[in-house]
Amino acid sequence: MPRLIRLDQTGHTTLAEWSVDDRDAFDVAAVAFREELDRGYFGLVSRSDGQAEHITELPVDVPMVILRRPLAGG
Amino acid sequence: MAIGVGAGTVTPAPGPGAAVLGVAEPLEGLPERASVDWRPRADDASLRRVGRLWTLWVIVHTVPFIAAAALLILFKPVTAPVAFVLLVHAWPIPELYAARGAGVLRPRTPAGPHAEQRALLLLGDLIDDQARQLHARSGLVLEPGELGVWILGEAGAVLVRPGGRRVHCYCVKATGSDLPASDRIAHLLLALRCDEHGLVTIANLAFSGACWRLRRRLRAEQREALRVARDACRASQAQRD
Repeated sequence: MPRLIRLDQTGHTTLAEWSVDDRDAFDVAAVAFREELDRGYFGLVSRSDGQAEHITELPVDVPMVILRRPLAGG
Repeated sequence: MAIGVGAGTVTPAPGPGAAVLGVAEPLEGLPERASVDWRPRADDASLRRVGRLWTLWVIVHTVPFIAAAALLILFKPVTAPVAFVLLVHAWPIPELYAARGAGVLRPRTPAGPHAEQRALLLLGDLIDDQARQLHARSGLVLEPGELGVWILGEAGAVLVRPGGRRVHCYCVKATGSDLPASDRIAHLLLALRCDEHGLVTIANLAFSGACWRLRRRLRAEQREALRVARDACRASQAQRD
């Protein structure tokens, strides 16, 4: 089941879960995703080939969407 | 409402989440690059150039001390103690730079044990078994990249260049001080996998120099990660040759 998780001070928090067939659950996840983007998080998906890509819209059929904080040089 | 699925994206019709959603398209590189848009995008050539500049910078700082010491001994042997003091001044300059470089891998104050455990579970999902074992021993994660082999810590990363002789140490970290250690590493790992060149561009260079110089400044458990990274670099270099 696809999950939307946020990297935060608790380790990580699962914000939403949905299935490809469950439109309502996906809508809830999409709203949560957008809210986190508005708070300054970045969304990304980790691909099976070891790469990752940033996204601005929630994909419906990836196993896990991760929200991370911005990076900055120290 | 219809949900169209194609290539991992979705186009929802009007609905609770659809008002703000459109066709999902991946972004090009790290979004953080916008905050440092004056910096040219880093690449292999720019890294070589930066490495040479760092070497030149250290030479400019140390050679005057060494030259002055040599001249004193040559023309006034009685000033040998002064020459010795000059040499003592010359020695720590590159060492201080290397210490600053090693600082990027220094562990930070841990979060609570529960948070650390949860963060570790997620990081473990992102890396393979070999990397997990190395992380358990050293607290660092190895990740091969296009520019070399990366050693990821909580507040920075070390790039071991092909051949394994030169390292670049970068200060770069997730914002906020409340993240568990493994989450911090996961941030860097995901950013690296997304846009390696972009990560180098946004990071601040703390040190560039010889691998052996950095090794002396690392903690004992961290040296293993550096050794594994060097071995991987040498092996890939040998394969190319």
